[in-house]
Order: sequence, then structure tokens, then C-alpha cells
Amino acid sequence: MKEYYTKETIERFMNPGHMGEMKDANGVGEVGNPQCGDQMTVYIKVEDGKIKNASFQTLGCAAAIATSDVICEMVIGKDIKEALSITKEEMIEKLKKLPAVKVHCSSLALEGLKKAIEDYEKK
Amino acid sequence: MTKNIYLDYAATTPVDDSVQEEMAPFFSEKFGNPSSVHSFGQEALFAIDKARVRVANFLGAREREVIFTSSATQGNNLALQGVLEKEENPHVITSPIEHKAVLEPLKNSKAEVDYLPVYRNGVVKAEDVLEKVKDETVLVSVMYANSEIGTIQPIEEIGKKIKEINKKRKRKIVFHTDAVQAVNYLPCDVNRLGVDLLVMSGHKIYGPKGAGALFVREGITLSPVFYGASQERKINPGTENVPAIVGLGKAIEEIKKNNPKKTKELRDMMITGIEERIEGSFLNGDRERRLPNNVNMSFEGVEGESLVIALDREGIASSTGSACASHSLSPSYVLLALGLSHEMAHGSLRLTLGRGVTQGDVNYLLEKLPPVVERLREISGRGSKK
Repeated sequence: MKEYYTKETIERFMNPGHMGEMKDANGVGEVGNPQCGDQMTVYIKVEDGKIKNASFQTLGCAAAIATSDVICEMVIGKDIKEALSITKEEMIEKLKKLPAVKVHCSSLALEGLKKAIEDYEKK
Repeated sequence: MTKNIYLDYAATTPVDDSVQEEMAPFFSEKFGNPSSVHSFGQEALFAIDKARVRVANFLGAREREVIFTSSATQGNNLALQGVLEKEENPHVITSPIEHKAVLEPLKNSKAEVDYLPVYRNGVVKAEDVLEKVKDETVLVSVMYANSEIGTIQPIEEIGKKIKEINKKRKRKIVFHTDAVQAVNYLPCDVNRLGVDLLVMSGHKIYGPKGAGALFVREGITLSPVFYGASQERKINPGTENVPAIVGLGKAIEEIKKNNPKKTKELRDMMITGIEERIEGSFLNGDRERRLPNNVNMSFEGVEGESLVIALDREGIASSTGSACASHSLSPSYVLLALGLSHEMAHGSLRLTLGRGVTQGDVNYLLEKLPPVVERLREISGRGSKK
């Protein structure tokens, strides 16, 4: 049966491993706006130059939620430079694929991460 | 998936058994071209004319006033373009909550289009139509019932007002209505409504996809939009989709299978049930002037497409006005026209009932929706504003 979203996307949508506010985050990035429908907040905890923990809160479609979860999972354990070099193609691979019209959600998640890192570096 | 509950009847409906039966012979048994002079052809012609009589009777119209189309979108295009083509400087009055099949042909015509105010309840006012009429006005187009929020427009009232104005006008204003969502539940006598053009669709009324009908009042001439042989009074030339037209005719005859009273009861149970169980939930559009089968609500802190996907996982088919579920970046223009914020428009869920829906289905929805909303609010970190 042909499905709109892959099994991998649905799994993350139904059971995101990294959702939630991080009270002790030292970098927070907010992206999106009420106009376009997706709003994401990415939280990171950086220690000794490495991202120790990452979590998200997302108001958006299944793809937005899934890609938020993916980016958080992918950055944990990486240093900032590695984290910044993650591409949306690598993210989408984790989901096997995304409908063409949903690819922008992965870009948004990356932007959220970048903003969180910027926020951390400002502090 | 344990259950399979369809709550998207406004999108399309299953073909009724009696309709399928009626259509069956016309695929490989009585497959003639209605334009052929031989018996095969005449048999097919007889069948579509029978369907024509059924539609005409339903509308209180004459047979020759009924044109078959491939869809309501085609019907709307034929009607609107057909009226406007020959006009020099036409002015058209319409609502901003029409279906794209009405808005787009108007936008792409030479007409100056004037949009009626749509109030918070999603209903236009007949007197606003009068206010906008000027010398150059040639056409008024207002849908009978809206597909997203189910609100019912005052067509009969508008029809009366136009009839009055037309008495004193040399150039009569033509009144068109897209009745696609109304046919199931509302009276569609064209003389009672006072319309000159009316469009309906087969697959919204338990008939097949691929057939619609356009009522063109005697005396109204439509310029052709495309050309060919002479079927359907040259307004819709092309070999007729006989099985689908036969299906449409039967579906119209079976309209009485709808139970507006019971549907309304289930609808209201659903609305109050949701309001009681989920905080920060709001009904979109007038509560009373509303199709018996339409529930459209917005939820704070939740996005519509994720609601639809989550409900789909629970075996419930629904729809949303969120941009994420459309192919554009903007949410439902209908919800925005009501004055909803972008966020609330994105957080909308449409559930539309139909013949197959039971009390049990409503109960199941009321059981499954609240935890879905709660989980999505956990993920967004935005509960309802208390």
C-alpha cells in the first residue's frame, strides 16, 4: 500500500525520542512563524565543546515533528563543527524519504539547530 | 489498523449500491455512443435522457435546462466563463469563500470582481449584495453551502433581491450558485432559489466521480468555452460519460436516503463532545446555519496535518485547512476570511459525516481525539491557553 509518509517518519511522529523543553539548555533556537504553520524550538546542552543533549518542541505537521526529532538525535555526541555540517540529505536518509513538498521541514529543523548554536555561542 | 471510519464525506462519498447497479450495464453491455443512430447508440441516449429527467425533476427545472459535465469544476467554468465571455466591462459580485472552481475562473476573466464581506460566522448578507450592485454588474455568484465550514448562504433571499433589481434593469444580472455541498441536505428547487445557473457534482452525493450537472435557465445563453461536436447543446461537447451520467441520475433519485435530522444529531453530539473533552477547541462557522454533516474546529497548540495523520493511524479519515496539508504555504483562505489567525487556521480539523456514520463511530472519534490532541500539545509545548 502506498503511504504518504514512510514508516520511519511515522514512528518518529508517533514516538519522538527527543521531545520536550530542556530546562538546563545553554542554547535555544526558535524558527518558523504562525504564517507558514510550522514552529520549532531546538534546545541544546553543550559541554566541553560537545553537544551533550538536544531536544525540541514543534508545532507542525508530521514531517516537521519527525525532522525535529532527527536533528536532535543526530547532534548528540557531536562537537559544534560536526553538528553544523549536517545536511538535510543526511537527515532525510534517516527517514528513508520525505514527500517533495515536505523537504523544507528538514531545512527548518537545521535552521533551528543553527540558531540554538548561535544562541549558545553568544552566551 | 483496527477500525476504518470515514469522516471526510465532503471530500468524496462512496457510490451507493443501487447507483452501481444502475451503472453496470453501461460499461460493456449497453456501451453505445449516444450520438449513434443505431440501437446501441439510442439505448445509451435513452439512458442519459432518463438521468436528465431525474436531475431536472429534482431541481424543478426543464430537461433542456440540464447540461451534464465531467465535474462541478467544469460546470462552474462553463457557467462563469460562458456568461462573462461576451461582456465588455463586466462587474461580478461573489464571496471570498467560494471554492477555487469559482474563484479561479473569475480571477482569470476580464471581470472586475467584488468580494462580499464574510462575517465571523461565515455567512454573507443579502443586503451586502444589493449594496455592491452597479450598472456594470452582470453576475452574482454565491455558493449555497461552503465545503470547509458547512455554512449555508442566503441564496433564496439573494435570489429575491436580484429578481427585484432586475425588474428595473435593462441588462439583467445573472445569479449563479455552486450547490455541490448543498444537494445532499438542502432544498434545490431553482425557482424557489431564484437562480439562473446551478452546479452539482456526482461524487459528493453517493454517485460516481466523473459526472456533474449544470442547470442553465431558459433564456440564458452561454458562450462556448471549448468546441467540438454538438453534445450537451454545444456547451459541453464530447462523447458523454454514459455510465457516470446514469450514476448521477440515480444518485439524485436516491437523495432521500440522506437523513438530515439524524446526521445533525450526530454532528451536534460530535461538536459538544469535542468541546467538553478538549480545552482550547473552537467551532469555525455558524453553529445553526450549517450543513447537518459538517464539523470544523480549531485546536490551540496543534497543527492540522499532524492531527489528520494521527487520526488516520487510529483508523479515522479526516481533513484540515492547514497549509501543511495543501500544496501552498498559506492555510485555508476560508478560515482566514472568517477572521481566524493563521495559527488557528493551521490548527483546524474538518470532520464531515455521511450515510455510513453511526453513533458508535462518533463515540470512537470522541474517545480517540482528546489523547491525540494532548500528545500533540505535549510535542509542541503549547497547551491550550488557560
